[in-house]
Amino acid sequence: MLNLVLPLLIGVALLLAVIGAVRRIRLWRNGRPSPVALMAGLAAMPRRYLVDLHHVVGRDKYISNTHVATAGGFVLAAVLAILVHGLQLDSRILAWGLLLATAVMFCGAVFVARRRIDPPARLSKGPWMRLPKSLLAFASGFFLLTLPVAGLVPAQLGGMLVGLLLLALVIWGLGELFFGMTWGGPMKHAFAGALHLAFHRRPERFGGGRSTGLKPLNLDDSNAPLGVEKPADFTWNQLLGFDACVQCGRCEAMCPAFAAGQPLNPKKLIQDMVVGLAGGNDAAYAGSPYPGKAVGEHQGNPFSAIIAREGQGLVDAETLWSCTTCRACVEECPMMIEHVDAIVDMRRHLTLERGQTPNKGAEVIENLIATDNPNGFDPQSRMHWAADLALPVLAEVKRTDVLLWLGDGAFDMRNQRSLRALVKLLRAANVDFAVLGNEERDSGDVARRLGDEATFQSLAKRNIATLDQYSFRSIVTCDPHSFHVLKNEYGDLGGQYVVYHHTTYLNQLRQVGKLQFSQYKGGRVTYHDPCYLGRYNGEYQAPRDLLAAAGVTVVEMERSGFRSRCCGGGGGAPITDIPGQQRIPDMRMADIRETGADLVAVGCPQCTAMLEGVVEPRAEVLDIAEILANALQESEVHS
Amino acid sequence: MLPDSTARIAVLLSVGQHPLTARPRRADQDARALELALQLPGVEVLPVHAGELNDQNETALRSYLGMGASALKLLPAAEGEDVLPLLQQGLRDLQPDLVLCGKRAEHGESSGLMPYLLAQSLGWPVISGLVEIERLEAGHATVLQALPRGQRRRLRVTLPAVLAMDDAAPAARQSAFGPARRGVLEVEQMVAVAEQGLANLNNLSVLNWQFQPARKRPKRLKIIKATSARDRFKAAAAKAESSGGQVLQGLTPDAAAETILKMLREEGVMNSTHGD
Repeated sequence: MLNLVLPLLIGVALLLAVIGAVRRIRLWRNGRPSPVALMAGLAAMPRRYLVDLHHVVGRDKYISNTHVATAGGFVLAAVLAILVHGLQLDSRILAWGLLLATAVMFCGAVFVARRRIDPPARLSKGPWMRLPKSLLAFASGFFLLTLPVAGLVPAQLGGMLVGLLLLALVIWGLGELFFGMTWGGPMKHAFAGALHLAFHRRPERFGGGRSTGLKPLNLDDSNAPLGVEKPADFTWNQLLGFDACVQCGRCEAMCPAFAAGQPLNPKKLIQDMVVGLAGGNDAAYAGSPYPGKAVGEHQGNPFSAIIAREGQGLVDAETLWSCTTCRACVEECPMMIEHVDAIVDMRRHLTLERGQTPNKGAEVIENLIATDNPNGFDPQSRMHWAADLALPVLAEVKRTDVLLWLGDGAFDMRNQRSLRALVKLLRAANVDFAVLGNEERDSGDVARRLGDEATFQSLAKRNIATLDQYSFRSIVTCDPHSFHVLKNEYGDLGGQYVVYHHTTYLNQLRQVGKLQFSQYKGGRVTYHDPCYLGRYNGEYQAPRDLLAAAGVTVVEMERSGFRSRCCGGGGGAPITDIPGQQRIPDMRMADIRETGADLVAVGCPQCTAMLEGVVEPRAEVLDIAEILANALQESEVHS
Repeated sequence: MLPDSTARIAVLLSVGQHPLTARPRRADQDARALELALQLPGVEVLPVHAGELNDQNETALRSYLGMGASALKLLPAAEGEDVLPLLQQGLRDLQPDLVLCGKRAEHGESSGLMPYLLAQSLGWPVISGLVEIERLEAGHATVLQALPRGQRRRLRVTLPAVLAMDDAAPAARQSAFGPARRGVLEVEQMVAVAEQGLANLNNLSVLNWQFQPARKRPKRLKIIKATSARDRFKAAAAKAESSGGQVLQGLTPDAAAETILKMLREEGVMNSTHGD
């Protein structure tokens, strides 16, 4: 009897899976076109899965080992089950292989089940609680059914009742793992995830690469949508990426806005996008909600607005504006989903089409348009801080080795101290440098992250035109936001430059012996990694090397390096200022306090401002340039 | 105007100038006028600009469209040309129930006379310092006028009328790039009037005036003797006290002049010996 039923069952399950897959693919294809190398992507997929994805999953050894056993066992078991039971190939070797695969899968599934006994808050419940049982059912069902094929037990053992029991297990397993994979069950992550890896919008991220610059909008094409209004405005591979989410909640655990009680949870946002692409409401979502927002009140479909103009849409605008674009979620996502891209895409629609940038957003954008700086200062006063420094200006000297990019910190009295320290260091190392002076404009970072792509491109193009007039080898800046934009985002608009963050550049000077420092004699010091230097550009080492050279032993915070927690100052978050339970910089200062540090070294004007905004008593906040300028050896100053 | 027809509100929009960088922008008061019009329920908003159309001006004009108006009627005028005849004719053609405008242009002659001259030439009433339109009904509007120190005066005006905005009116909404790009600038040539406008070409170009940034008038120093926060607040918020004033009515011009001179001498503005 089993010989007749099993092929039928497997055949039906496979057929349904194929139908489901076609339906799902059609949903993704509602998105806008996006050119990808289809065959090359598919060919690269196994490596992306086995190396790049597991590199991220492997940060949690428990689950990475569990996943290897379960997923590896399942893939092998599925193939062999189709051969042995579906096609009834009578081969002892295949049957033994199937026994081994299901056994490995069973062991993995046991560990999945153990994680689910008292799951951490970040994990979604609901159907995900069912998954380990389904895995066990699939593995045990096929294991037992294969025993007779392998010749270990006589074929007729057990009789009718046992046969039916085994069939029930197998139906359950097939239902979850074959049918559920393409019809929206938890196993959807395997199907969508594999294709997502193959057709990723940023293939540069694989193989150890980095791709963090936002993608430009084509403003010359008046028919192209300005950002994303409805789910179908995403590119098809972005929609596919949302579908790959495993709801592991690692993003949620890292998100500073979520921790601060602001109405954002990256996992929920991605799940809402899945609701949007498939149509329906979020009532079935079984994870942590957006803080302060009930689940089940939002709905959407591929062709209706994500942020409703009236009434309740798929997502509320303040959810999008809570994001600091710190990229902690993207860094942590084992599925390599691009949360920040999606958020900025939706912000673009709100700003460019609706003019709904909240709070100070409109004012900042207006200032950027009228005065080229976010606070509306007179652009002719950009160099007032350096009135006594006699800095060479490029308009006069025309060529230089290093172009010192000041950033809008030039208007800020706190940051002017860091700038003066940096100038002192550059002079001590006899660097040939010059500034743009009043010709410099805001880099466009804030405008772009507030969704105003038009103002960003206008600023960027004018900056590029200015830079084109002069000859320089590299740009050095103490602002990681300008650094990132100049280095990674001006390229799309025709500006290719060698750009260094000041810590990287100073470290190079130190390595060739042009800078020497006396030994630091103060108290404990910790270092706060700026998001736009670390996660966006991978520079974790130079600041630490510099501090070590100055005799500083850095006491690391629990969350440092690629897991550094945002100061709350990125992405225009201080401008849109969405209320939460606590402030992000306060939480970061609590991290600093835990190390017992008296001094926190930073490398970003924004971080300095945010951390110094925390009420005292707290650690002193100094830019690395300031610490080094203080430690500069006297002989160097006069040389 | 029929009681049930939609009110037509013409909004006069000029090209403004940023105080620090002198870049063309939407004029602040004009943008407030458009904001006010856009917030009124069930009215037809007719944005109008009279002036030169060039690349820089176009960006500024389009930023009005970015606030949500779908089209802007443009009455072309040469640089320096008097726009009054153009606006007068343009408004006669439009037949609006209300004309909203800023009270003073951000560059050029910037005399603040435009609303008055326009109202005079159309024979309509004019109200300055507008902050809110409370009610629109057939033939009448109830509006709020701003007075110094946050006071408001409710006025009922016969339509059609010219209303000039106050700086205290609600701030203009954000201008969005997409609607600004899509909005239509409807150019309407008015040959007959344009000739007239060119005939009395603006004094500015004839007289060859020189322009320089305006400086704020110096303020009389106010010495605050208050010792408590409450007193300081009262001093800051109090109405300017006018004591000892007198209302002069039915005097001959000579007698009136004599009284004014007397007051000026008392105040020490005029030298008492010199005056005689």
